Amino acid sequence: MSSTTPVLEARGLVKRYGHVTAMDGCDFELLPGEILAVIGDNGAGKSTLIKALSGAIIPDEGTIVLDGEEVRFHGPLDARRQGIETVYQDLAVAPALTIAENLFLGREVRRSGAAGKVLRMLAKRQMLREARAQMDELKIGIRSMRQAVETLSGGQRQGVAVARSAAFARHVVIMDEPTAALGVKESRMVLDLILRIRERGLPVILISHNMPHVFEVSDRIHIQRLGRRAALVETKSITMPDAVAIMTGARSGDLAA
Amino acid sequence: MVETTPTVTEDEIPESEAGPSVLTRLFGISAFGPFIALLLVCAFFALKSDRFLTGGNLSLVLQQTIEVGTLAIGQTLVILTAGIDLSNGAVMAFGSIVMTKLAVNNGVSPVLAILLGIGGCVAFGLLNGALVTGIKLPAFIVTLGTLNIAFALTHIYSGEATISGLPAEMTYFGNTFSVAGTAITYGTVAMLAVYIVAWFVLTQSPAGRHVYALGNNPEAVRLSGVHVRRLLVGVYATAGLIYGIAALLLVARTQVGDPAAGQTDNLDSITAVVLGGTSLFGGRGSVIGTLIGAVIVSCIRNGLTLLGVDSIYQVLITGILVIVAVAVDQLTRRRSR
Repeated sequence: MSSTTPVLEARGLVKRYGHVTAMDGCDFELLPGEILAVIGDNGAGKSTLIKALSGAIIPDEGTIVLDGEEVRFHGPLDARRQGIETVYQDLAVAPALTIAENLFLGREVRRSGAAGKVLRMLAKRQMLREARAQMDELKIGIRSMRQAVETLSGGQRQGVAVARSAAFARHVVIMDEPTAALGVKESRMVLDLILRIRERGLPVILISHNMPHVFEVSDRIHIQRLGRRAALVETKSITMPDAVAIMTGARSGDLAA
Repeated sequence: MVETTPTVTEDEIPESEAGPSVLTRLFGISAFGPFIALLLVCAFFALKSDRFLTGGNLSLVLQQTIEVGTLAIGQTLVILTAGIDLSNGAVMAFGSIVMTKLAVNNGVSPVLAILLGIGGCVAFGLLNGALVTGIKLPAFIVTLGTLNIAFALTHIYSGEATISGLPAEMTYFGNTFSVAGTAITYGTVAMLAVYIVAWFVLTQSPAGRHVYALGNNPEAVRLSGVHVRRLLVGVYATAGLIYGIAALLLVARTQVGDPAAGQTDNLDSITAVVLGGTSLFGGRGSVIGTLIGAVIVSCIRNGLTLLGVDSIYQVLITGILVIVAVAVDQLTRRRSR
């Protein structure tokens, strides 16, 4: 696996908040087509790392390389333009809008010709059709794209958020605790979605506290501790207790790598 | 948990496959209840008074709706973003004094005076928007402040004097044309035109969908890459523009510039919006509903006047109606949770 060029790579990321150093020379590597789990205790700098990769914060030091080119994100929108899509934990959907409207929120398709250019009219049919195709491809069983998102179950809503990211991501999909708020059955559906996104060839960064989920779907695990990457291991080559031991500092990461 | 099942949960999927029905798509779900309420109000007054359902009286009802009805369009925009605008009546009065005084006392050409008056209203909208987005103050407090500022400026600038002898260009929208023997003012048509434009933008354009989404979940809108501040300032500025149009329609209808105009119009416009089924929590509702809400208020005022009921009872009934409408909104929202 080491011969392939990483899709997304970070070296020596540092982020300080006043006297607190949230990231202290953190490295990161994501290979094409893999599901990389990021785990770490609270305060390990996990979310700071993810925010840096998704453009939500600007690191004080260090470099981020996307597809072989160094990038500097000045905001989430910047990262999105570069093809990095993030699914947020708090279900970033607008409940009263329809599924189709949510999928295209901020990226609405307008009609061609004067209706679109001058009157700025939405191409509603086209968006409904494309939403349908997208949801079908990810096998999210929702019948009408005209349904308001608030009529959906938690898992289905997460499905909408995931489908939106998968539809527009060119390089990377980042998922922040996608199963945290969900029941067993609904988590199952979201995990299946993650696997389907990998089948499309898109690499996924999965941030999760749920070890069984991490071990079930991930190819490799990035273990974050004290603001750095303590270990980067193949999921198959490590046991759950060992991963937790590295995460909590009970065991050194070098042994596992 | 280990077994991978390719199927997806099917429970909790609503039965309706075809999406919203024609009727709900025509009115928007939120405007359907108000529409029924309007029919009931009309039926009640039609039974009580022979004069209520005449063309002349209905034209009068629409004419009495003009200022509050137009202000309520801007109010709807603001409330859809989960804000509120207490300043609109005072801003309208300010705009009407600016345009009439410039034209009558300062000899500014009427068209330019009108544009400057409307511009004054847009400036207040921009100020509201800048304070709400820039310093992140609650819309309630910001617009309470600008309400007083606009009110004071109106009285200072006018010197408490009513301005009359307006040029013909300024009262154009007070003129009438006849449809089947019923006189309708151009002001009524102008108000309806603003409604149609607002409806079109809100339902057919990306910006309109963003306004709804903003009232729903501002974080989702920000994360989806929409420039939220610009959108919000745009909403308040557009509301200001609409208040400027209301100022012109007010001047045209009353034929004077009155510094005391519009003092209760802010609350009346909120009443119209709420009666029209738009949620005070933002993100839900429609301008069509607001139009119906505004007409309901006018119908009740007009009907009770026809029945010879003292005008203070009209205020009483409007107050009760607002509480009922907000309660219905709250209860339906709680149920949908």
